Amino acid sequence: MTTEKLYLYPLWVRLWHWLNAIFFLTLLVTGISMQYSSPNSSFLISFEKSVQLHNICGILISINYLLFIIGNIFTTNGKFYKIQLKGLFNRLTKQIQFYLFGMFQHQNPPFPVSEKSKFNPLQKVSYVAAMYIGFPIIIISGWAMLFPELVPAVVLNTSGLLFTALFHVIFGFILSVFLIIHLYVCTFASPIVSNFKSMITGWHY
Amino acid sequence: MIRPKIKHLIQFISFFFLLTVFPIPKVNADSVPDQNYSCLKCHGHHTYKYQNSDLGIEIKEAMCTKRVIDTLAFIQSNHGKFKCTDCHDPEYNTFPHPGNLRMELMYVCTDCHGGDPEYAKFHFEDIEAAFYESMHYQRAPDAFTCWSCHNPHSYKTHARFGADISKTVLYDNNICLSCHAHVSKYELLTERDSINILKTHSWLPNQELHFRNVRCIECHTQPNDSLLISHVVMPRANAVRNCTSCHSKDSRLMASLYKYQSLESRKERGFLNAVILNNSYVIGANRNQYLNKLSLILFGLLLLGIAIHTLFRIFKH
Repeated sequence: MTTEKLYLYPLWVRLWHWLNAIFFLTLLVTGISMQYSSPNSSFLISFEKSVQLHNICGILISINYLLFIIGNIFTTNGKFYKIQLKGLFNRLTKQIQFYLFGMFQHQNPPFPVSEKSKFNPLQKVSYVAAMYIGFPIIIISGWAMLFPELVPAVVLNTSGLLFTALFHVIFGFILSVFLIIHLYVCTFASPIVSNFKSMITGWHY
Repeated sequence: MIRPKIKHLIQFISFFFLLTVFPIPKVNADSVPDQNYSCLKCHGHHTYKYQNSDLGIEIKEAMCTKRVIDTLAFIQSNHGKFKCTDCHDPEYNTFPHPGNLRMELMYVCTDCHGGDPEYAKFHFEDIEAAFYESMHYQRAPDAFTCWSCHNPHSYKTHARFGADISKTVLYDNNICLSCHAHVSKYELLTERDSINILKTHSWLPNQELHFRNVRCIECHTQPNDSLLISHVVMPRANAVRNCTSCHSKDSRLMASLYKYQSLESRKERGFLNAVILNNSYVIGANRNQYLNKLSLILFGLLLLGIAIHTLFRIFKH
């Protein structure tokens, strides 16, 4: 395990990350507010405000996502998201075993953070799934909901908007689960807040 | 190049196929009372001809637009099997029509349907009472009758027979727009001269989508438990502007646009307000009960897993 300071998070990654976090959290809260809207609700954001905020943050997170893709294409950050399929299953099993048992027995992480490998195999797979599958689906379905007149009126004898909305809501839920796990896993570092600090300073300790 | 004979054969087969797949709608000629032909001969067209016996010539005249009857719409309407003289004075059978007939009083719905057990399910008396409460009647009691909105020569019941909701929306909204989008007809009923539905509804997000999928009366009438379609048209100030009236579990649409379907088919396919799904999707009103429960269970398991993991981290530290 390295004890050196590593500069792993360049400024653009940190900016993208925090903007993404702000927009995603706003989308999550406003999305839940719309889905469970009620004339008498007092603790959620009003439907009208939720619609406005959701639309604005949806557009902004799409632009931010484009910056992430462009950044990953034109900088070295993209290499951290490349998955070697050979031996992946074994690497994932090792990492899961570490999270479930090894870390309680004070074992060293099987895939320590290095300049060449920012993420462990489990992080890599989940980040790739979230950023390259989940995000495109939720963004495309979100834009379709923003321009509902472009969605086919009927799909399989049912409203085309329903399919779009279901995709949007289901992937919204999956990404929310990802967010919670992501936040929890970030507390595995010692001290607990060091990963959060890293995303502010750029330096990994 | 296809030889002309083969080309004609293909055209014939295509035409035959089209006729089979999309048959020309039939109009049952037997359903039209014979006496109506003599009326519709003139009133079914924009022009009519008559023989001027004094001059000995045939005269062609333009028919007053208000007196033109859309024959096909009439035959297909609820009243399509009636003789013209069932509602109009038999003296109309003579031509030129006597001038005093212009003053004839028109029947309203309850004149025929009121107190009739066969039509009890339509609640015509309740409709009439609701109509008297409506701002239409309140503002112009002499000008408004049932026929101001429901053309007796084309009126067709839609919602009650489970027709395609989008067709019901189009049909019903066209009733409102026949005045609210036509200055000449609008001016007959009010002194206000400007109508701009798009401008007055500019606050409405996704305006086109709303206009295509919900009826004006969803927001502009007071829902009534005993009536399928409320007839208490409210003043502009009382119109619904609160999004959650429709975009919520207890969507107002279930008591109006989807009332008939919701009465017929309750909560199917695990969706709350499932009936809305057949035609549209209303954010906040459509909630899949199974997905809701599944998401709660998954979320609970996630938190439980994190809690157990945290406890191990604390105790094994």
